Amino acid sequence: MPSSPMAPPRSFLWTRRVFLTLLAGFVLLPVYVMISSSLKPLADVTGKFRWLPSELTFQPYIDIWSTVPLARYFVNSLIVASAAAVCSVVIAVFSAYAVSRYDFRGKRVFTVTVLSTQMFPGILFLLPLFLIYVNIGNATGIALFGSRGGLILTYLTFSLPFSIWMLIGYFDSVPRDLDEAALVDGCGPLGALFRVVVPAAIPGIVAVTVYAFMTAWGEVLFASVMTNDTTRTLAVGLQGYSTLYDVYWNQIMAASLVVSVPVVAGFLLLQRYLVAGLTAGAVK
Amino acid sequence: MTSTVELPVRKGESGEKAARGPRRRVPGRIRRIGLPYLLLLPALILELLVHLVPMVIGIVMSFKELTQFYIRDWGAAPWAGLDNFRMSVDFDAPVGEALLHSFLVTVGFTLASVGLCWLIGTAAAICMQDTFRGRGLLRALFLVPYALPVYAAVITWVFMFQHDNGLVNHVLHDQLGITDKPSFWLIGDNSFIALLVVSVWKGWPFAFLIVMAGLQNIPRELYEAAALDGAGMWQQIRRITLPSLGAVNQVLILVLFLWTFNDFNTPYVLFGKSAPEAADLISVHIYQASFVTWNFGTGSAMSVLLLLFLLLVTGVYLAVTSRGRRASRA
Repeated sequence: MPSSPMAPPRSFLWTRRVFLTLLAGFVLLPVYVMISSSLKPLADVTGKFRWLPSELTFQPYIDIWSTVPLARYFVNSLIVASAAAVCSVVIAVFSAYAVSRYDFRGKRVFTVTVLSTQMFPGILFLLPLFLIYVNIGNATGIALFGSRGGLILTYLTFSLPFSIWMLIGYFDSVPRDLDEAALVDGCGPLGALFRVVVPAAIPGIVAVTVYAFMTAWGEVLFASVMTNDTTRTLAVGLQGYSTLYDVYWNQIMAASLVVSVPVVAGFLLLQRYLVAGLTAGAVK
Repeated sequence: MTSTVELPVRKGESGEKAARGPRRRVPGRIRRIGLPYLLLLPALILELLVHLVPMVIGIVMSFKELTQFYIRDWGAAPWAGLDNFRMSVDFDAPVGEALLHSFLVTVGFTLASVGLCWLIGTAAAICMQDTFRGRGLLRALFLVPYALPVYAAVITWVFMFQHDNGLVNHVLHDQLGITDKPSFWLIGDNSFIALLVVSVWKGWPFAFLIVMAGLQNIPRELYEAAALDGAGMWQQIRRITLPSLGAVNQVLILVLFLWTFNDFNTPYVLFGKSAPEAADLISVHIYQASFVTWNFGTGSAMSVLLLLFLLLVTGVYLAVTSRGRRASRA
């Protein structure tokens, strides 16, 4: 960034320092509570709040796996989110390629319709989808309701519009001469897509995959309606740490941390690409 | 959206290339016309199956008397005409009155949350416009609320808002002595504040991201010219930075509005299945109205009303802001 011709005045520097410090405190407070409370014995989280643990213990991280079947929820979430992310990205690659490289009737209608589905309230789809899945199950014996398959199908369409949108941006930035050269060399359109465009857009594709994974990993509404005991995901399972007498807050915090680390780490590692993709649409 | 403008020109070029080889001309053209649609097919089928068909079915459902007896065979449910809608907007009866209350709460909550998210996000983005030590780290840190899974973040806030063992009461009551006695945050009137705090904490990083990207598009020369004319830092922010963000803000505020208005995850994890009246957001309200009473017909009618409202607001908003922007540019 080029240096500004005038150094910012003192008043601005001080305002900035105070504001950013307060903001960082606000952002970090829950993160601190999550980490510190996950290292506390149960007595520390049932009595008055303490800033520091009375003694450091890793017991919550051991107990979380036996209080509720967390490993099962974890595996369910992993299967559902991975499958949804991979399917969503593969489908989005084809669509984005078509939009980015071809001119065809209905292109604008397609992009606008697909994007606008993002804006509709999830509750609008919930009741009909619930009915559709239940009735498909009754009619054909394919269990979509309560199964991972139904959840995967639902989640992959949630991330699909934004994935397509972001990939169009990435594909547009791959020079067109590259795939035209591949076409001249005798590659088919799909050959050009997979040998030239996709490899050139790998960072973008990875970023979109992470985005789709995060979307599925964090969804609550459909997970709470469309899962049963065996297919329950983390979004619902995490609410199981309270009994009639005690709420195991230290374990809840430990479990929250465990389920957050994969996505936060992925997001921060790829933030450069993700941010570029997420913001491209709004800024253009 | 820019791609749609430049594409036809480029397409013309490659069309000429294809036309040069007469042997491949016909299959090339067929392939060119058919291929894009073939590539879009999987996405189209899925969007139809999971979004458009359910939407149509939802609208049909709203005209049916769809109670629990008919859920396994919903075609057999009797038609209800406009009864579901009449019930939803009859503000003198309990169902309509509760819906109106929930709607007003949601409007108030959304305005407050979007306003604060935008304000904090913009302020932070302007503060981080210049490089300084620790800027990259701070930026990554600010994105953490956005990256955390909703339920993990919100459940931590639930813990912080606990009456007996939460951090908020400990700080406000025990340490600072601001309140006379520990407050209840997740029931009663305070729940609105709790919901707002969590929603802003979760939502402002997105505004921050978008505004930061928008700031990078402002030409540096504008600032330099202003500085030469003697404009101070504050004046530069007011006269250059904020007006240049018009286009970005138009999209950003709409997206924030729709996401906040439709938010289900935050209130659902914060309050559980029964939201307190002061924080009874519309999504949770419809969810409860449908799954507690198993009356899907009325629930669908409410969803359809919600959709109509959002379409209306979006349409009016886009019309007004687009005209405003054109007028200010002229």
